[in-house]
Amino acid sequence: MGVPARVTSALAGVVGRGSVRVAPAELETYASDGLPTHHSRPGAVVLPGTREELVRVVQLLAYHRVPFVARGAGTGLSGGALADADAVLISLTRLTRILEVDPANRLAVVEPGVVNTRLTAATEPHGLHYAPDPSSQTVCTIGGNVAENAGGPHCLKYGVTTNHILELEVVLPDGSVTTLGSKHGEPWGPDLVGLFVGSEGMFGIATRITVRLTPLPKAVRTLLADFETLRIAGEAVSAIIGHGFVPAALEMIDRNCIRAVEASIYAAGYPTDAGAVLLVELDGAAEAVVVAEGAEVERLLRACGARTVQVASDASERERLWQGRKKAFGALGRVNRDLFVQDTVVPRSALPHVLEQVDRIALAHGIHIANVFHAGDGNLHPNIAFDSRDPDQLERVERASAEILEVCVAAGGTITGEHGVGADKLRYMPLIFDGDTLGAMRAVHLVFDPDEIANPGKVLPIHACRDWRRAAAGGAPAPMAAAGGGA
Amino acid sequence: MGGAGLSIVRRLRSLLGADAAIGTDAAGLPRVAPRSEEAVALVLGTAASEGWRVRIEGTAGWMPPDAAADVALTTGQLTQIPHLDASDLVATVQAGVVWNDLRRALADHGTWTAIDPPGSGRSLGSVVATGTAGPLRGGFGNVRDHLLGVTLVTGDGRVIRPGGRVVKNVAGFDLTKLAAGSFGAFGLLTSVTLRLRAVPRADLTLVGSGQRDALLTAAQAILETGTTPAALEVLSPRAARANDWMLAVRLVGSDPEVDAARVAVGGAVALPLHELPVQEAARLWPEALAGATLGGSTLRLGTLPTSLDDALDLVEHHLPEGWLSVGVGAGIVRWSGDATAERLKLLRRAAAQQEMPLTLERAPWEVRAQTGHFGAYREGVGRLVSALRHTFDPAGVLVVPVGDA
Repeated sequence: MGVPARVTSALAGVVGRGSVRVAPAELETYASDGLPTHHSRPGAVVLPGTREELVRVVQLLAYHRVPFVARGAGTGLSGGALADADAVLISLTRLTRILEVDPANRLAVVEPGVVNTRLTAATEPHGLHYAPDPSSQTVCTIGGNVAENAGGPHCLKYGVTTNHILELEVVLPDGSVTTLGSKHGEPWGPDLVGLFVGSEGMFGIATRITVRLTPLPKAVRTLLADFETLRIAGEAVSAIIGHGFVPAALEMIDRNCIRAVEASIYAAGYPTDAGAVLLVELDGAAEAVVVAEGAEVERLLRACGARTVQVASDASERERLWQGRKKAFGALGRVNRDLFVQDTVVPRSALPHVLEQVDRIALAHGIHIANVFHAGDGNLHPNIAFDSRDPDQLERVERASAEILEVCVAAGGTITGEHGVGADKLRYMPLIFDGDTLGAMRAVHLVFDPDEIANPGKVLPIHACRDWRRAAAGGAPAPMAAAGGGA
Repeated sequence: MGGAGLSIVRRLRSLLGADAAIGTDAAGLPRVAPRSEEAVALVLGTAASEGWRVRIEGTAGWMPPDAAADVALTTGQLTQIPHLDASDLVATVQAGVVWNDLRRALADHGTWTAIDPPGSGRSLGSVVATGTAGPLRGGFGNVRDHLLGVTLVTGDGRVIRPGGRVVKNVAGFDLTKLAAGSFGAFGLLTSVTLRLRAVPRADLTLVGSGQRDALLTAAQAILETGTTPAALEVLSPRAARANDWMLAVRLVGSDPEVDAARVAVGGAVALPLHELPVQEAARLWPEALAGATLGGSTLRLGTLPTSLDDALDLVEHHLPEGWLSVGVGAGIVRWSGDATAERLKLLRRAAAQQEMPLTLERAPWEVRAQTGHFGAYREGVGRLVSALRHTFDPAGVLVVPVGDA
């Protein structure tokens, strides 16, 4: 068990002794990510300071067949960046250089440890920004965003990470370095960039990332509508999208969450008797655009049953309306010892029904759930409060969480919209994929990582993956029309 | 049809019964049109065990159906739209549905898909398998960006269903993206789930004419204002059906959005641009795109928007004069004409030196077979592509010259 001392010594030879951690107290820092239910202490942590060091670290670990797990800021919510005692955790937080900003071609080249908002700050003087904005964006890294195919509130209009990654230089698990895609986004052969993004660190590590930059909107309009019930708010979401509006963001906050926010220092003036509030942000190329669209959306919200609609008239007002949404997790964390953030997606039209089912599940298991989520995408985030010291509560949370996923899948949805599968949702993968599809994913994984040393044990429940090679050798399936006959 | 062909036809009839239309093509080659994905799986699974070579066909509207093979497998009977939800803006469509029929069906429900593929009369499967986005790529992304999931029957007859029917989904590895644009190298797409949009309330086209480089400069100036037109295309005289090059700008969205963009575009360029009447605009784009099959071959070259003139110079230096369309925002040069494999390979190598990948989108079989759809990969990529092909098509059933050497 554990990482052999000769390997940690060799790693120290690459990155320096100060950048290899083996003391238990130091390793404990890396034993969790943003998900409170998983804990695993790595055998060692290595912090390469340059791209060259990173490549040499992977080559060394590949040579010794030591498993490794790449990690950015550790803000993931699926236990995806946890390593066990036999594995080395490679922290990318020292690779923080923005290598190039090319405004004319609307792109930037960065190292994987660059923090999301730092990239946007560097490109704003050129009138551009990096659009994907996960709620951890002030600390999470672009490398982590690539691994998880991260989303965020503004992905409704601008797309998720995969829509913004043009080219990737990667070190594969065998230590070889290759470049996928091209700087302008045209695939160079089959779309290996699209395949790599969201592979949760199991296909290798991105060493240089070329991202697409998006022009900053010149005008923004934010509206806050409150509704009697979640159902009516859910119906308003479908109406807005169905009328051809593509808001920059369309977020929903339910009563439990509103009350937590309003009882905290982050109080945003949300009506505490509302069943839900909808936050609608419109952006555009001119003030006249958002004023006109804002007026139309306001009419639509009222027609759908909004009790009141507040329209932010300036930046500070907009900030106040957003505060409740942005600080919701903090407000919920303040009043609950532990918080489990679920991540599922359903078709927009199923939102009212599914939200009612989530309520029913909470009631049945005697637990408290607050919803704050990306309604425009149908991307739900039920926040389940619990006390991890109480095994009975933990078990009820587990059961409720599983039931929520089942309801979402039955409604035509999926088990994760932006947090990833990681270690947490392995067991739910067979809910949405059959054995052949899982088997194909595993076969593709083995193309990139035949020795299975990059983030082993994540994403794919091996027992549910139909054996690709063995099944292939079995030949053709049985004839469909046993009696034969012509067509 | 020879004895081998007859025996394949008999075998297919016995296997598939009424679940496929079976006949022969013009050259007497067995041609099978399965009516279900299970039947497609049976054909490919049997081909893998019998050693048949299979050619995939759509409507033959884009890729000439002339590849050397033992069997032609067509999506011609997969023409249903099993799921179209206008409120969720999602549709699941079988691969054999003809693009224009799909457009009409979507419009009947007040929806559209922001993909405008070149060519005409093509099937959805062809558009997705070849990843051939048209001018709207500049504003709405590549074909892959519109896909939520696919059903793919692999070269050895397995049915896989990556992705799903929701607009945000990070469960598992994204095999949908691998299948899109890989020219059928990994299997046959039987159905595709598309992300739709509500029909835009305003749709406006501005055009201007002039010399090639002046128009490229004007287009670049439009991008520099921070405006992202739905399409920003510089068309060669042949593509524009005019005496000069044409700059065509398409703006879609809400009325105020399009009005603001029109003002921004007009202020960015000295070139006079005039707005096309609705009927004329509705003709311009499909007519320009239909020309993408004027020549025997069609290719696209990817480049940075600021290097488009270099890319055009390369194309014009290596290839005979042809139909040309330049997506300025997307950084794409598309050419159609007649060229030998040697010329195309020379261009591919020269372009690769400038970091410009060349994708051969369509060509007569002998040109495709020698040139490959892709090639001149960066170090290490060819190895991955070969291994992926072997994973999905271990018996080498699919006749797709993907260029994985």
